[in-house]
Amino acid sequence: MSDAIKAPRSFQEIILRLQNYWAAQGCAVLQPYDMEVGAGTFHPATTLRSLGSKPWAAAYVQPSRRPTDGRYGENPNRLQHYYQHQVIIKPSPANLQELYLGSLREIGIDASLHDIRFVEDDWESPTLGAWGLGWEVWCDGMEVSQFTYFQQVGGHDCKPVSGELTYGLERLAMYVLGIDHVMDMPFNDPDAPIALSYGDIFRQTEEEYSRHNFDGATTEMLFQHFKDAEAECERLLAFEPDDPKSGKRIIMAHPAYDQTIKASHLFNLLDARGVISVTERQAYIGRVRALAKKCADAFRQTEAGADAPVGG
Amino acid sequence: MPDLLIELFSEEIPARMQARAREDLKTMVTNGLVEAGLTYASSGAFSTPRRLTLTIEGLSAQSRPVREERKGPSATAPDAAIQGFLRSTGLTLDQLERRADKKGETLYAAIEKPGRAAAEIIAEVLEATIRNFPWPKSMRWGSGTLKWVRPLHSILCLLTDEAGSTVVPMTVEGITTTNTTEGHRFLSPGRFTVTGFDDYATRLKRAHVVLDSAEREAAIWQGAQNLAFAAGMEVVEDKGLLTEVVGLVEWPVPLMGRIAEDFLHLPPEVLQTSMKEHQKFFSVKNPKTGRIEGFITVANTQPADQGATILKGNQKVLTARLSDARFFYENNLRVAKAGMGEWLEGLKAVTFHNKLGSQADRIARIAALAREIAPLVGADALLAEQAANLAKADLRSSMVGEFPELQGLMGMYYARAANLPDAVALAARDHYSPLGPSDAVPTDPVSVAVALADKIDTLTGFWAIDEKPTGSKDPFALRRAALGVIRLVLGNGVRVALWEKCLPALDRAYDAARKSKDAASTTQGGAFLGSVGVTTSTPQGKRIEPRLDDLLSFFHDRLKVFLKDQGIRHDVIDACLAMPGNDDLTLLVKRAEALAAFLKTEDGPNLMQGYKRANTILTQAEQKDGVEYSFGADPKFAETDEERALFTALDQAEAAITPAMGAEDFPAAMAAMAKLRAPIDAFFTAVQVNSDNQITRRNRLNLLHRIRAICSDVADLTKIEG
Repeated sequence: MSDAIKAPRSFQEIILRLQNYWAAQGCAVLQPYDMEVGAGTFHPATTLRSLGSKPWAAAYVQPSRRPTDGRYGENPNRLQHYYQHQVIIKPSPANLQELYLGSLREIGIDASLHDIRFVEDDWESPTLGAWGLGWEVWCDGMEVSQFTYFQQVGGHDCKPVSGELTYGLERLAMYVLGIDHVMDMPFNDPDAPIALSYGDIFRQTEEEYSRHNFDGATTEMLFQHFKDAEAECERLLAFEPDDPKSGKRIIMAHPAYDQTIKASHLFNLLDARGVISVTERQAYIGRVRALAKKCADAFRQTEAGADAPVGG
Repeated sequence: MPDLLIELFSEEIPARMQARAREDLKTMVTNGLVEAGLTYASSGAFSTPRRLTLTIEGLSAQSRPVREERKGPSATAPDAAIQGFLRSTGLTLDQLERRADKKGETLYAAIEKPGRAAAEIIAEVLEATIRNFPWPKSMRWGSGTLKWVRPLHSILCLLTDEAGSTVVPMTVEGITTTNTTEGHRFLSPGRFTVTGFDDYATRLKRAHVVLDSAEREAAIWQGAQNLAFAAGMEVVEDKGLLTEVVGLVEWPVPLMGRIAEDFLHLPPEVLQTSMKEHQKFFSVKNPKTGRIEGFITVANTQPADQGATILKGNQKVLTARLSDARFFYENNLRVAKAGMGEWLEGLKAVTFHNKLGSQADRIARIAALAREIAPLVGADALLAEQAANLAKADLRSSMVGEFPELQGLMGMYYARAANLPDAVALAARDHYSPLGPSDAVPTDPVSVAVALADKIDTLTGFWAIDEKPTGSKDPFALRRAALGVIRLVLGNGVRVALWEKCLPALDRAYDAARKSKDAASTTQGGAFLGSVGVTTSTPQGKRIEPRLDDLLSFFHDRLKVFLKDQGIRHDVIDACLAMPGNDDLTLLVKRAEALAAFLKTEDGPNLMQGYKRANTILTQAEQKDGVEYSFGADPKFAETDEERALFTALDQAEAAITPAMGAEDFPAAMAAMAKLRAPIDAFFTAVQVNSDNQITRRNRLNLLHRIRAICSDVADLTKIEG
């Protein structure tokens, strides 16, 4: 069984192999979404495209920000900015587990030497009004991926169901490369003329953003931006679908969803600044969820989010 | 008689759902088959992470033919009605039977249903089972609409008899039954054919799947013990973890590793919890040092390198986890040694309930109550107050943040690190107890005081804001809190008048609620407290506090449930609840136990008959005459020996019962009461109460009153049934 796949040597090699692998499985390899998000799931290629009946297959790396996880670059496993590799296929193929295991083989995890398990883990995103069932995948006791069959997104039943795979890239790569501290991980080839470690690239930014997230960001401004994003989202969705200028029917689902993403990130920053109390927390999450649901409703009215006619 | 084999093969089923699922499969299928007229000799159900399997032996090949008779319309009914009946029965008019009755002639149809082949029934039952399976949570996948716990991939359904085996044909949502299955995901990929249950189990084992979870459990436990034994160590038993691990593996291979020296000073519970929760490791103890020094992980594969890679990986994850735990623990010890001030301050920012203030507010209430309760449980009041103030500090420690199940226990370690009195440390650990009906009850007086205060504060708090349990909804576990109070009081023989002790607690809760309401009044309107602040009292000066009366009856309801489990009848409890001092649960139960024991003696039920007879005659006479016969029975008006004997017996009983009741010696009081049985029986046999002589009658009625009065001192016997 060990077809002796050569072990990868750097963080980027693992990313490239995953992208090549999923490209070979027929996924459109997209680029990261150009906004601050908490997880790859927020990319409209997952959130919005998991709605409606049109088939979809995409893979992409998404930089993800969790302001409260900042540790000034000191913690070996925790970062406020990290990468996720996301795969989303609709409808979920019957062999998705096998495809997934193939991707692990591709980055050097040989199932004949490792103990790979699918351990129950139900996924829920209160801010997206989404949930699904699946597992966390363990390799030798370490969680290396999240595997989810989406059941609902933005309050809509997913029909058909999308299969979603999320790889926490730093953790997975550290395991494959045998690295103990994320900052020590080779980012490019360690034998390259200019070899760069993860720390060379991100240590300073982790420090800067940790200070920013915990102490620097102006909370009054963030509160205001949250309100603005919320209002803008609702305003954009209130437009009549028929655009007088182009004469087309244009529902601004994506621009409105951008405002939802913004509101979600602003909430995360406010949370990191410690200015949201336990009771307010739920209310804010509820406000973001309300926006996400409206965007999902709007997307379902568009061509990309509609149901194909039966038999069509 | 054929045998049936069914296997539902899916993606990984959550471990915690497997045991229930295999039982459900067995019940649903066998019930369905039996309802359809099949019989079977025996059945067995199995589960692995990827399959549910059912074997049924000695199944009948056909269902019994059934003859059903149906009554139709009258023979003279309109043709449409008759034609309708014929259509519904599938018969022709000449096949119907005519029977004469009052209305003339009525048509009857005899419908013969021939026996059906087992395969046909199995296909229907199996499809219904799959479509209606009671998974706790189920999902759709792909483009289908079928729901299963995770995607269902194949269905094996095979009937086997002497002639060989045949697939029972059936298709559900595009999945068609076959006679094939798969072995272990990594060790034996690919499908294979089976011919019956024995063949199936044998081939599965060859394909690295141990079908029977009991066999996997035994293999894991034996293998783990062998590994530990070989290293001079022993595995820490954990049934819950074992069951879970059994549901995670098809081919269990236990592997043992060591915990690095740097972590061995951590409390054993921290090591155990971290390893169990995060990695599903068993803990391995070194009997020489008494410490947890190793772990056992159970791999789901037979690795090519004897597990070296797997162990190395697991060890690495463990090291990262324990580094976190050590970091938390060492930081936490620093805060503890500095007096825990940082945590206590932090608890001010943690909301306990938005109508009852912060955790810090709550702790202040508990501390005040613990101080008031302390003298009743033999605890030092100041120590109890101190213990209550610190008992929940650990909730703010990062260790408890990471492992909530270590709350209290970490508090004990921190209190010890801070050199606090041991009673304070024990109270931190034990004040949440008892958590369930079988959980141990704390006995250290300070722990008892804090544990009682904790629970009474919870109850009075939620009663103050009118958040009582309703039906099956009890989100704040108030029933458990009330049972906790009951067990703490009874287990330690605590004498406490709950009404009195709950009153100040309720007042403090009202205060907290009022403050929260003021704080929230800008954002939320509406009166959520009802009568708060309005205090009324009886002429005797006792506060009228309906919520407290209601809470007391909640305690009484929980007590009834608790005592019923101990075999004490509800009417016995009611008889004791009707007595004064019923908020003293220890007294109440002493009385109930004595009464229950008394009713089990031969004298008990007989005396009850006498008492009831006396009570009935007296009540009827009182109603009829409009007077109360309560005074002045005099032996000088007695006419018979039996009457005089009863006077003497009552005098003697009263002389014995009054001091016994004063000393709360209920058995002695009941024994004295028992002696009344013979004289009362004799009295009723010989004497006619309602004599024509009014003086004699009144004297006798007053005598009956003495029976009632003396017996009613002991308990309200009118409540006793039978």
